[in-house]
Amino acid sequence: MSKVRKLEEAVAMIPDGAVLMIGGFMGVGTPPHLIDELLRQGKRDLTVIANDTARPTVGIGRLVSAKAVRKVIASHIGTNSETQRQMIAGETTVELVPQGTLAERVRAGGFGLGGVLTPTGVGTVVEDGKQRIELDGTVYLLERALKADFALIAAKRADYLGNLEYALTARNFNPLMAMAAETVIAEAEDIVPVGVIPPDSVVTPNVLVDCLVAKEHRHG
Amino acid sequence: MDEKTLIAKRVALELRPGNLVNLGIGLPTMVAAHLPAGVNVFFQSENGIIGMAPVPEPGAENDDLSDAGGSPIGAVPGAASFDSAMSFGLIRGGHLDVTVLGGLQIDEEGRLANWMVPGKMVPGMGGAMDLVSGAKRVIVAMQHSAKGTPKIVKRCELPLTSVRRVDLIVTELAVIEPTDKGLVLREVAPGVTVADVLAQTGAELIVPSAVPTMPVGA
Repeated sequence: MSKVRKLEEAVAMIPDGAVLMIGGFMGVGTPPHLIDELLRQGKRDLTVIANDTARPTVGIGRLVSAKAVRKVIASHIGTNSETQRQMIAGETTVELVPQGTLAERVRAGGFGLGGVLTPTGVGTVVEDGKQRIELDGTVYLLERALKADFALIAAKRADYLGNLEYALTARNFNPLMAMAAETVIAEAEDIVPVGVIPPDSVVTPNVLVDCLVAKEHRHG
Repeated sequence: MDEKTLIAKRVALELRPGNLVNLGIGLPTMVAAHLPAGVNVFFQSENGIIGMAPVPEPGAENDDLSDAGGSPIGAVPGAASFDSAMSFGLIRGGHLDVTVLGGLQIDEEGRLANWMVPGKMVPGMGGAMDLVSGAKRVIVAMQHSAKGTPKIVKRCELPLTSVRRVDLIVTELAVIEPTDKGLVLREVAPGVTVADVLAQTGAELIVPSAVPTMPVGA
């Protein structure tokens, strides 16, 4: 059974106020047409969990520039002056999380864990409000799992069942986020017949993907 | 030789064949161009690759292959790509031999602040906190002072990146090693005196009886 949906229909499932995980690192590995369609449908009050907000005209930065985002949970906003402006003006809430901790919080969310213990951030402002746990002489912070309503994933190749393959550094947070959301919408550069992607090359197994949109609209 | 090239050349002497190395954005990135002959290392980029290299030639950029700043890169034969959890597992799990990072301040305990200036610049820590907490060796490559204000200080006023003591500080004036006794002046740059270094440092430096000159050629 094919999971391919029209772009408009896939994005129409996302209500205003939804919590989204969006793959990508400075726009590389961020699903471009899903971002376009979120903007076209005028979504509002989104919470975005992502590594960064890229630049004002790139990837997730476009959602910030359109004032579609109420809250950002990210590791880095330094390349996006608009995110910083909105944060300082109090228009958007920004929670900064160390990048490795963000990856592990998303992973924990998808892997059925309540959180993780990490030494990163001990003794810094990142520790504020968090529980310290000492194990065998090392101090860790308890960092809670993150989950989302929707994950928006960019893949290099998908089959019609939703098995996903990624390319190079465009993989980044995508496979982790595909585990951690209630509904997973994946945009693939290519959608190929079932069986074309060898099992060893599948990074995200099809059962995780609810809905597929093609990057190129060559199938109408 | 300009100051940044001098710093990059001196840091490059710290790398050993086969090391897995992560270079921060800016000055640390320049280290890659100054590896001594015969020293082959693997460069990690925290967005998910070991074996990053320059783009082989103009026009050979790949939309799916970039560094942590989003700029196009290449990859050496034998490179490996992976997701962000693996990338930071490598960093935090003790598999990364060396990280080279820039710095805003370092204090007498060797603690680094390099991710924000309250009220002025709040870019976020990105991978810096994990890199400083987890790498086997942390080298800070930075200019000795910022517009005349020492960056090596008694106690950091800026928010810390980690409480872990960094292993080495390389500036255009000196090489300084943070130890449990304090900051030890290990080398001075060519043409620089110990007095020059002391005058531009805001923290106490331990000065051994002999302080050699940095072994960097012209």
